[in-house]
Amino acid sequence: MSQGIGAAVKRKEDKRFTTGKGKYTDDIRMENQAYAAFVRSPHAHARVNNMDTSAAEAMDGVIAILNGAELTGDGIGNIICGWAITSKDGSPMNMGAWSALATEKTRYVGDAVAIVIAETNAQARAAAEAVEIDYEELPVAASLAAALADGAPQIHENAPGNIVYDWEIGENDATEAALADAAHITEMDITNNRLSPNPMEPRSAVAIYDDAEDHYTLYTTSQNPHVARLVLSAFYNVAPEHKLRVIAPDVGGGFGSKIYIYPEEIACLWASMKTNRSVKWTSDRTEAFLTDAHGRDHVTKARMGFDQDGRIVGFKVSTKANFGAYMSLFSSAVPTYLYATLLSGTYNIPNIYCEVLGVYTNTVPVDAYRGAGRPEASYLVERMIETAARELGKDPADLRNINFIREFPHQTPVIMNYDSGDFEGNMRQAMVAADWAGFGARKAESAMRGKLRGIGMSCYIEACGIAPSAAVGSLGAGVGLWESAEVRMNPVGTIEVLTGSHSHGQGHETTFAQVVADRFGVPIDTVQIVHGDTDKVQFGMGTYGSRSGPVGMSAIVKALDKLEVKIRKLAAHLLEASEADIVIEDGQVKVDGTNKVLAWHEVGLAAYTGHNLPEGMEPGLKEGAFYDPLNFTFPMGCFICEVEVDPQTGKTEILKFVASDDFGTIINPMIVEGQVHGGIAQGVGQAMLEEVRYSEDGQQLSASYMDYAMPRADDLPDFDVLHHSTPCTTNPLGMKGCGEAGAIGTPPAVINAITDAIGNNDLSMPATPAKVWAALNSAKVAAE
Amino acid sequence: MSEIKMTVNGKPVGGDVADNMLLVEFIRETLRLTGTHVGCDTSQCGACVVHVDGKAVKSCTMLAAAADGAEVTTIEGVANGGLHPMQKAFNDNHGLQCGFCTPGMIMSGIDMVNRYKAEGKTLDEAAIRHELEGNICRCTGYHNIVKSISQAAGEM
Amino acid sequence: MHSTNYHAAITAAEAASLLSSAEDGALLAGGQTLLPTMKARLAAPSDLVDISRAEELRGISITDGAATIGAMTTHAEVAGHAALRSAFPALCDLAGRIGDPAVRHRGTIGGSLANNDPAACYPAAVLGTGAIISTNTRDIAADDYFQGLFATALDAGEVITSITFPIPRAANYQKFAQPASRFALVGVFVAQFAEGVRVAVTGASEEGVFRWTDAETSLSSDFTADAIGGLSVRSQGMISDLHGDGSYRANLVQVLTARAVAAAS
Repeated sequence: MSQGIGAAVKRKEDKRFTTGKGKYTDDIRMENQAYAAFVRSPHAHARVNNMDTSAAEAMDGVIAILNGAELTGDGIGNIICGWAITSKDGSPMNMGAWSALATEKTRYVGDAVAIVIAETNAQARAAAEAVEIDYEELPVAASLAAALADGAPQIHENAPGNIVYDWEIGENDATEAALADAAHITEMDITNNRLSPNPMEPRSAVAIYDDAEDHYTLYTTSQNPHVARLVLSAFYNVAPEHKLRVIAPDVGGGFGSKIYIYPEEIACLWASMKTNRSVKWTSDRTEAFLTDAHGRDHVTKARMGFDQDGRIVGFKVSTKANFGAYMSLFSSAVPTYLYATLLSGTYNIPNIYCEVLGVYTNTVPVDAYRGAGRPEASYLVERMIETAARELGKDPADLRNINFIREFPHQTPVIMNYDSGDFEGNMRQAMVAADWAGFGARKAESAMRGKLRGIGMSCYIEACGIAPSAAVGSLGAGVGLWESAEVRMNPVGTIEVLTGSHSHGQGHETTFAQVVADRFGVPIDTVQIVHGDTDKVQFGMGTYGSRSGPVGMSAIVKALDKLEVKIRKLAAHLLEASEADIVIEDGQVKVDGTNKVLAWHEVGLAAYTGHNLPEGMEPGLKEGAFYDPLNFTFPMGCFICEVEVDPQTGKTEILKFVASDDFGTIINPMIVEGQVHGGIAQGVGQAMLEEVRYSEDGQQLSASYMDYAMPRADDLPDFDVLHHSTPCTTNPLGMKGCGEAGAIGTPPAVINAITDAIGNNDLSMPATPAKVWAALNSAKVAAE
Repeated sequence: MSEIKMTVNGKPVGGDVADNMLLVEFIRETLRLTGTHVGCDTSQCGACVVHVDGKAVKSCTMLAAAADGAEVTTIEGVANGGLHPMQKAFNDNHGLQCGFCTPGMIMSGIDMVNRYKAEGKTLDEAAIRHELEGNICRCTGYHNIVKSISQAAGEM
Repeated sequence: MHSTNYHAAITAAEAASLLSSAEDGALLAGGQTLLPTMKARLAAPSDLVDISRAEELRGISITDGAATIGAMTTHAEVAGHAALRSAFPALCDLAGRIGDPAVRHRGTIGGSLANNDPAACYPAAVLGTGAIISTNTRDIAADDYFQGLFATALDAGEVITSITFPIPRAANYQKFAQPASRFALVGVFVAQFAEGVRVAVTGASEEGVFRWTDAETSLSSDFTADAIGGLSVRSQGMISDLHGDGSYRANLVQVLTARAVAAAS
């Protein structure tokens, strides 16, 4: 069986995970390990007047209790936001200072004010509880509305009115003019609910300081260890890069939440130096709810105008985005360049204008969570067009179809240039699989049982592999968004691929090896993927934004190109043939049309012995590449969801879920489909189950699995996952990325289906049984 | 402190443990069997599931002292060399991604297959989904976990 | 978790004696609620008296129209007991839907009743059948036992030994799960006896488990779902939280009661 591109190869990495031999950060324990616990603010907004650590310091096992004044005194820098957004008026965004340990003020419940180091975890936690702090409680703004109200408490001195930025994109006048001439306008207020990413592995850090070498090592739950090292060195001044090794070993899921470099990792590194001990911290689940960056949390007003034929003429969007108490690493880009640039959806929309108000609140920082901006855009566009179809009395598929973009490349009014796709073909495939035509009969059958059946679709598009670096730099990004790879062929012919991508569930150890197997015909067992260690891999930007395929694998392809050139040259020399006649297949190097052949290991050995090399060739077989994409990639698809609602309880059951996606070239369909399954589950979670809720005084009301509803096996159906691929035209493999699509396309499909079932379009996420029941009743009241 | 003795994965183990030590802490920290994970604080996620006297329990919600005299099996002990059919099924069906919930899923999977077999009941897909109520996975959407357990149920 | 002193007791008497000598002792049954509470540092008993392995407190016996269940019998044992299932299937079904399989292997009926969580399932069956809660010192009628959220008639140091359920002619438990915790958002236990029908509701009220007496009256004369169609449940006093307000819970009480009656066997 082929192990190359397109083969559903079983995962190489599974054995260690299924046998309990995975090595996650919390599994690591150093000799003489010390443990950290954090003293956290119980108030959402408070002045820290005095901290008395004397009782805590006297407790058993306590090694040190360190605070923010000491941290800043040692020159540890404030936490940065890596994407500078410029407001409408040209002013830079208003960034409030964020110290890893708060000094004068705490701004959300969970804000760390001190770190306790003790001999055991239990001792550290007990001592953290015993630290006495005199807090002066301040008025709290725990929601967008509260933070924007007249007289709202000022969360950061330098952000008047709690406004981080007031940004815009597109042409307002042209859009208003188009809307003024529209035959029909659909207007909606849409909320995108606040979520907690909840990878099953809580965050953890083991910081090791070696005083003899003045060197630090950090084991951490990171999606991008090199970025962690970069900011820890360049901005937080923990140690220069050559004195800091960051290792992200097995990581138990990320979904965005493990991109960022959090206060805990900074404080643990610094504390390891202060105490000259290895310091370990592992979050518990409630701490994860209180400190892991949340996602989404938008409130939007939108108007979409249509001409007499149903063609969209203009789309105007005004969004308020909640950033929480501090600007996290990529937070500023999420409701701007990752959101408003996707507002054209899969449709030809000549005029688009979007303005976004970024707002501080006394809540956990909000940043990228699976999809990051694109689920918000897709939800908005797909709810709008579905609603328009209902208002216009048109079939929702037909209305979409007359607006689909059909010619590529297509330049939208909001930066993006789509390279490829077959939007109608994809939708038709999904409709056939979902038996869209037979829905009426099924609805009637449900009605006979007293149930309400509904069907809904979404035709999402998203953008992956944020690129190219020069372009994102011009938009304010503080980093380049390329990827690196190094391919080493050993003397015995085995191959190591060092990649800057990081696998925390995506199966890179298998799929990346498949790319090599495809190129050379070698078995994937002879290919080792090395990642997650800044001492092994020179640099890399990590894994998020569905970039490991289109960007990470493209870098590997570039390095393989270079390696292949050298192999061909060497083989031509050894086989006394022309380079043009060299064929590499089945792990052998052959001369076309002859029986001359070199076994794979013979090539390796020849390169490393160097006994017989072509004139001027260096020994060895090792090539590297940095790949900077030419453009974003644009995965798209059509999701169709069919639900049945119990009108007596409001409980919704998903009966069928069809996803037809265009991911371009697929390396391993089994793994790609797994990514889609997981994305759909998180999308269903957002649509029906999950929401972070705060009280008015900023206490999180849903900070454990007792109140935050995670999707479980019996909340979900089997999924029908289909492909309808058109290769991406801007990267060597034609890949588009698949990691986030499920989470992006699902919420509108689910809500379109439920609102179809209940006959009331006024339903916000999550559509819990209680909310669906209430929406049914209000529809009933309205009808009476 | 309490003195405990138990059998873990067929081997006698024991020693003095703090009276507030959880079974999962004994397994992870004392025995250094780190395949058993902790994913929540409220007994919901199931990453910590082990078998105590042949039954699936959440080792984060049992004291080590309460397991005195028990026979405990962890993910490291389910196979007698090679892979248990449940472990193999997870690989065959792509029933795992990040792997963190996987040990608990496998332990729960084995437990449910054993119980259904003992009671002569059919473990169909709906039953598997219902039986997984105490195991949360954030990566897979459960689709392939259900397939994995279904395959193993046919092979065990 | 704060430090504590662990003791294992193998009889109720031993447990009571250990409790009486503890400064601030607590009984540890299956621990499925107490241990998470201690982990959250919301409870810190000086001593834990583990009675989960007290053999005299385990087991199920069925005699003379009653089922007696030892306090330390696990939910899984109740759910899987063949004789009980043929006599009183509704109770087995209820136990089989508490928590999840691993929780049911540890959690016990005595532990659940001693804790009296307002969203727990067992209180509905106990109150809905008028069961007797036996302790090391006395028998307590269900109507006297439940005294509000997490409050019971148990005295300090009193140990539940068994629960005796009168076996109804027909009964059913309907649980609507809270989406996150999977505790009962509302649970309704309906039991029909020769002398009348009892209806107990858990999860809904700010006062904890309660009997819906209007429904009992109607159902006692006409044991059909239609019989309660004209009744209304007041949303006042119903729990209002993230997962549903009082009016939603009041609706569920009505819907689930009707379903329980229709399904009762």
